Amino acid sequence: MASVIWGLATSHVPPIGAAMDSGRTQDPYWKPLFDGYAPARKWMADHQPDVAVIVYNDHANFVGLDMVPAFAIGAADSYAVADEGRGRRPVPPVAGAPELSEHLIRELIDDGFDITTCSRLDVDHGLTVPLSVYCPEPGDAWPCAVVPLLVNVIQYPQPTAARCLALGKALGRAIRSYPRDTKVAVFGTGGMSHQLAGARAGLINTRFDRWFLDAIEHDPASLAALSREEYIAEAGTEGIELIMWLVMRGALSDDIVRVHETYHVPASNTAAGLALFEELGG
Amino acid sequence: MTQARDNYVLDLTLARRGYALNRLLGSLMDVANRQRFSRDEAAYCAEYGLSPEQRRAVMERDWTQLLELGASVFYAFKLTMVDRTSMQHLSAAFTGMSPEEFAAVMRAGGRNFG
Repeated sequence: MASVIWGLATSHVPPIGAAMDSGRTQDPYWKPLFDGYAPARKWMADHQPDVAVIVYNDHANFVGLDMVPAFAIGAADSYAVADEGRGRRPVPPVAGAPELSEHLIRELIDDGFDITTCSRLDVDHGLTVPLSVYCPEPGDAWPCAVVPLLVNVIQYPQPTAARCLALGKALGRAIRSYPRDTKVAVFGTGGMSHQLAGARAGLINTRFDRWFLDAIEHDPASLAALSREEYIAEAGTEGIELIMWLVMRGALSDDIVRVHETYHVPASNTAAGLALFEELGG
Repeated sequence: MTQARDNYVLDLTLARRGYALNRLLGSLMDVANRQRFSRDEAAYCAEYGLSPEQRRAVMERDWTQLLELGASVFYAFKLTMVDRTSMQHLSAAFTGMSPEEFAAVMRAGGRNFG
């Protein structure tokens, strides 16, 4: 049977990808962030999954405002890297795991989560930057296949944090019922505190972020209890992306150990966080 | 310039108000569309059925008014590609700071609202 082997929470800020793409990771501005990633990257390179389920949101790059699925899963053989307007990131296309996608979609729907399915999905920085955080130099191909799981965080009303945690728990069950010997990692992406527009643009809430980084391990229920309005007030209008970390956390059991974490301000307009958890329960 | 509210949340009322506006802004991901837009911004706005207020906000780069009129910040960002500026440039505009001042504030740890 398939197992969840680790969960990674990471910010997906576009300039983090741009810094890698343009060889600026050792610049004084970026070095502290990438130094912070190093121990997690080394550990993940030693614990490679067959498939990564990457929970992310699109940023007006492929999913428009014509139809806004609350939760969607890609079911394709592969996913093109989206052109966000300045050309595609120079990273490989993303190979899918369509049989696992099909299994997860069916199991989740049977479990009460009415998932939208995507037969074509061009994946933007929300997905590719976390892949680069995992694997900085993929060469011609990423080291694992990917199941993209989209969450609407752009248009109100977003799914509640509680629903995201519940989805994660159902996702974990669905992965573990996949009748193949497949090692799966789950990525929760976005955040941490940031706000791009309005009089509070530039908001960083280190107190909230530190609490979140701790509670995601020990007390996800308290994070799931926060309302949308509380996320926006504390973490900023775009910091509500943090609800996607709860999907990842839900897919893990309570028998986990924190391998590494790092927190750095700023990555452009954003507080960048990373937390990596090894699943001990399988 | 319009005074910004603290937060802009794209609810369904704003999404409806901004539908044509976001369609236009999204079209600017395409380089050929950016070139056509730059040649005649007013005509391009007319083509997408923008209201006069939306057209003015686009042409004057009145970022706050763009969001008041239903633009998502992620779509408004596409307009910075025409101007060859950045998200920080856009974000700064809401605060009254110059992009340089805003970038310095972020490097110093960002803005703490308690």
